[in-house]
Order: sequence, then structure tokens, then C-alpha cells
Amino acid sequence: MACFVVPGAEAVVVTAAYFVAKKREQKLELLKLDNTARYETAEPRITWSKRLGWLLALLWGGVLLLAFEHFWHGEVVPFPPFLTAMSSPEDTAEMLAEMGSVGVSMAVTVTAVWGLICAVAEAKVRKLRTALKKNAA
Amino acid sequence: MTLLITVIAAIAATVVWYANENRDTYRLGTLSLIYWGASLMWLMDFVFEYAELKAEYFNQEFADILNDSLLGVAVVALGLVAWLIILLIKDPKGVFKKKFAK
Repeated sequence: MACFVVPGAEAVVVTAAYFVAKKREQKLELLKLDNTARYETAEPRITWSKRLGWLLALLWGGVLLLAFEHFWHGEVVPFPPFLTAMSSPEDTAEMLAEMGSVGVSMAVTVTAVWGLICAVAEAKVRKLRTALKKNAA
Repeated sequence: MTLLITVIAAIAATVVWYANENRDTYRLGTLSLIYWGASLMWLMDFVFEYAELKAEYFNQEFADILNDSLLGVAVVALGLVAWLIILLIKDPKGVFKKKFAK
């Protein structure tokens, strides 16, 4: 009915977090340029903006395709109230229940898989760092 | 069928991402993440529907299967369009920059 709204709300919050992280990293980059001696030993690492970028692609991609699916089934319309389930109180209650079960599960699953991707990527980068340190020694 | 077609598209996009040297230039990671995101969401939808209908879930009418398949193909096309728009906006090869700088 409108389960994609829950990951959609998460996507909005993550988008804001992504821009905050990106701004912080840009500030840090400027600091590095000002003080090259202090930051000379740069190691390979995955930035938070990169990690959040993966989550954004997962969430917005899923939300876009699911919104299209709901449009296909006539559950989303291009005019107010946009969700056909909002036309009657019974349907609205059913829609909210579905958002609470299916929608929340979707958001949790996508976030959990993203966490797994980050953990694997971090392990790979850590391995690379160790190899680089061994080569340098 | 929609879930199945999207998962196949996600696997294909991931294989292309892995095999292609220009994966970052063409933002192939974004394309595969778009399909994986939708696949995971539909997987949860399937889990809830299966829990409710059990084996009855797989006994669908041919018309429903056809409709779901068409939706799957349309979804794959929409994912490609979204990826293409991102690619053209980011313009990693600077094609538009070169074109308008002339």
C-alpha cells in the first residue's frame, strides 16, 4: 500500500547525514592542504560520505522502483492524496499497519545489508593497510 | 516475478561492475545498488506475503504472472533510466563540459 514510505523517510535522513559528512570531509581536506607535514602519512580508508553514498543508492533506488510498482498497481496516484489508501479511514489504518510491519522490515533489512557491505569493505581496507605497512617496514 | 527479474538485473549489474575496469567512471556500482535496494525491499514484501498465503502464493493465474513480468521489465528499464540520468548529470568524462566550452 505505502510500505516504501518508511525507507523513503530513512533515505531523507541519510541524505542529510551524507551532506554533513561530505562537508566535514571537505573541511578536513582543506586542513590537510594547510598542514601537509602533519597529515603526510595518509592511509587508505573508506570515508563516511562513501559509506553513506552506498546506503543512499540502496535506499533511493529501492524507493524509486517500489514507488513505480505502487503506481503500476494504482496504489499511488499523481494527485492528492497521492496514496489511494488514504481515501477511507479503514484503508488508512491498514496502510499504517503495513508500513509498521513491511515498511520497517524493508528499512531494517536494507540498513543491515549496508552494514554488512561496510564491514566487508572495512576488513578489506584493513588488510590492505597491513600489507602496505609490511612493505614500508 | 518482479522480484526474480530485479534480482537477475542486480546480479547482471554486479557482474558488469566487477568485470569492468571503468566501474567508477560509469558509476556501475550505483546501478547495481539501485537494483539490490529494490530486490531487498521486494524480498521483505515476499516474506510477509508468503507468511500469510504459504504455498498458495505460488499458485498464480497466468495473467498475474504476465502482469508481474511486465512490471519487472518496466522496473529494470526505470532503474537504467535513473542510472543514465545520474551518469549524465555527473558527466564523469566531461562530455558536456567539452561540448559547451567550444
